[in-house]
Amino acid sequence: MAESPLIEVEHIAKVYHMGDVEVHALRDVSLAISEGESIAVMGPSGSGKSTLMNVLGCLDRPSHGTYRLAGQEVSKLDRNQLARVRNRTLGFVFQSFNLLSRTSALENVELPLLYAGVSGRERHKRAREALERVGLGGRAHHHPNQMSGGQQQRVAIARALVTHPHLMVADEPTGNLDSRTSVEIMALFQELGRSGITLLLVTHEPDIARYASRVVVMRDGLVQSDRRQMPLVADVAAAAAQAAAAGIP
Amino acid sequence: MNVLQVFRVAIRALLRNKLRSFLTTLGVVIGVAAVIAMVAIGEGAKAKVAEAFASMGSNLLIVLSGSTTSGGARGGFGSLPTLTWEDLRAMRAECNAVRYATPQLRGSASVISEDQNWGTSVYGVSPEFFAIKDWPVSSGSGISQSDIDGGTKVVVLGQTVVEKLYGPSADPVGQMVRIKNFPFQVIGVAIRKGQSVTGQDQDDVVFMPYTTFQAKIQGGLQKFVPGMLMVSATSADDTARAEKQIANLLRDRHHIPIGGDDDFSIRNLTEMATAQQEGVNTITSLLASIALVSLLVGGIGIMNIMLVSVTERTREIGIRMAVGARPRDVLSQFLVEALTLSFFGGVIGVLIGLFGANRLAGHFGWPVMVRVDIIVVAVSFSGLVGVVFGLYPALKASRLDPIDALRFE
Repeated sequence: MAESPLIEVEHIAKVYHMGDVEVHALRDVSLAISEGESIAVMGPSGSGKSTLMNVLGCLDRPSHGTYRLAGQEVSKLDRNQLARVRNRTLGFVFQSFNLLSRTSALENVELPLLYAGVSGRERHKRAREALERVGLGGRAHHHPNQMSGGQQQRVAIARALVTHPHLMVADEPTGNLDSRTSVEIMALFQELGRSGITLLLVTHEPDIARYASRVVVMRDGLVQSDRRQMPLVADVAAAAAQAAAAGIP
Repeated sequence: MNVLQVFRVAIRALLRNKLRSFLTTLGVVIGVAAVIAMVAIGEGAKAKVAEAFASMGSNLLIVLSGSTTSGGARGGFGSLPTLTWEDLRAMRAECNAVRYATPQLRGSASVISEDQNWGTSVYGVSPEFFAIKDWPVSSGSGISQSDIDGGTKVVVLGQTVVEKLYGPSADPVGQMVRIKNFPFQVIGVAIRKGQSVTGQDQDDVVFMPYTTFQAKIQGGLQKFVPGMLMVSATSADDTARAEKQIANLLRDRHHIPIGGDDDFSIRNLTEMATAQQEGVNTITSLLASIALVSLLVGGIGIMNIMLVSVTERTREIGIRMAVGARPRDVLSQFLVEALTLSFFGGVIGVLIGLFGANRLAGHFGWPVMVRVDIIVVAVSFSGLVGVVFGLYPALKASRLDPIDALRFE
């Protein structure tokens, strides 16, 4: 893996103005994340973890500080340029899946390629590959409402994967899933991590954070702790056995 | 995204709410249909007026003699014979804007064939009459100059008179008829002319040389024209010039001092036709502008629904932005949706408008005049309506913050 960090954040701050009140969502955060790492960002609500994710995910710009993503300074880009970075370099996975309803899985996965200007045939091919990679090759033409939560999240992961991003940003990806499906999703993330994709995982569940190689805890807009750990390997079979023992089908 | 992809995304979004899309576009459909129908009907009416005036004669002026005054009762134009045959001759010779000039003397008489009779109008005319009216004979020959010079007892019959005396599709050329107890030879039959503007049967008529008319049908002072003169100007643009030339000539010949009243009157039928068409034009534009207003109302309907759609699809917009849609991709998507609605509304409106114009024109007995330029203008205008009224909702969509949009429930 490359030696220079994928993400270099130096002294970023984010201030929101709510009327006359200034809200310091991020006060002073510096982070360096290398390629292939999997980082779990934790912290209570209001700690600034969502704001950090939005800034790192190029959905928002920091008020102060610099942010270099894959060597590119992105903290001063305009909205159109940020959209381009999101399209080329990033993939998003959300708690509530955020798939387009009444649109097939395949077309949902094609969506980022549509905005990348990829031609129709190439789009189909790559979207099918991404779906196969998440184990949903046979469900390309199903609509989100015909799929389980776990399957929908897999489609969302395929959509995040399809542009071959450097960084995958996942916001509470297991928040709407049962524990067994959560393990399956985390196993999928770990598999992607082995192929070199960097994962930024925002969660409040310590169980989920255990699957990451590094845990960053936020508090009051500051990094409270930042430690590396030996990630727990997501064991799908064990999770299934546990679920069976608990009487969950 | 290229244009085709944007268009496909827009079509799919619109087809998701078929009924709503249809109802939204209905305002534009009705507006465009109204514009097309109104203009087509107006043009048809104009053509009808033009046709009616053309059948009266081309570039026509009518010269009437003056009025009598007896015991305070004024007789109206034509009651006092002031126009002389010399005036007619001078008019033909001296006015270069005059192409043809003919007297039209009118009387009514009973025309008697061997076994039938029919009361009809008898016109005393010169050969120029048929040129002015563009009214040739369908069989036999017309009235010639030698008939005028000799005052021969010949007649040209109108189609209705032929039917009444000899039955339909008979050819009476060479037969003899009696009018006011004089025998006349039928030398020709005029082609069918149909109804006049005022609904009279123009074919219910008998023509004879005006010299014969004056000698046999209606006596009077030989020097004066006992009727009106019809004059055809050299071209439509020359009618005003011809009018002026004739007026000057007649004032001069009748020794009317400067400031004195004319003892004749000239009617310019081309001007009347133009005025009539202007009137029709005004009404057409009035109706078309009312129709345009309904097109604008249709545009507001589109704007309304697009605003609803942007709010409804806030989350979708957020998702699209998160995966890399630029603000201008979102802008063009919503703009193209509005444009598609209004453009298809315009196309459907054109079809309905043409259909409606056809039906209405058939109902009024007018020709259908479809103006391609109006169709192009109406469709482009409806497209413009889509862009103008779609712009605000599309801008609103493109300015959404992706974070807020994703959080939107």
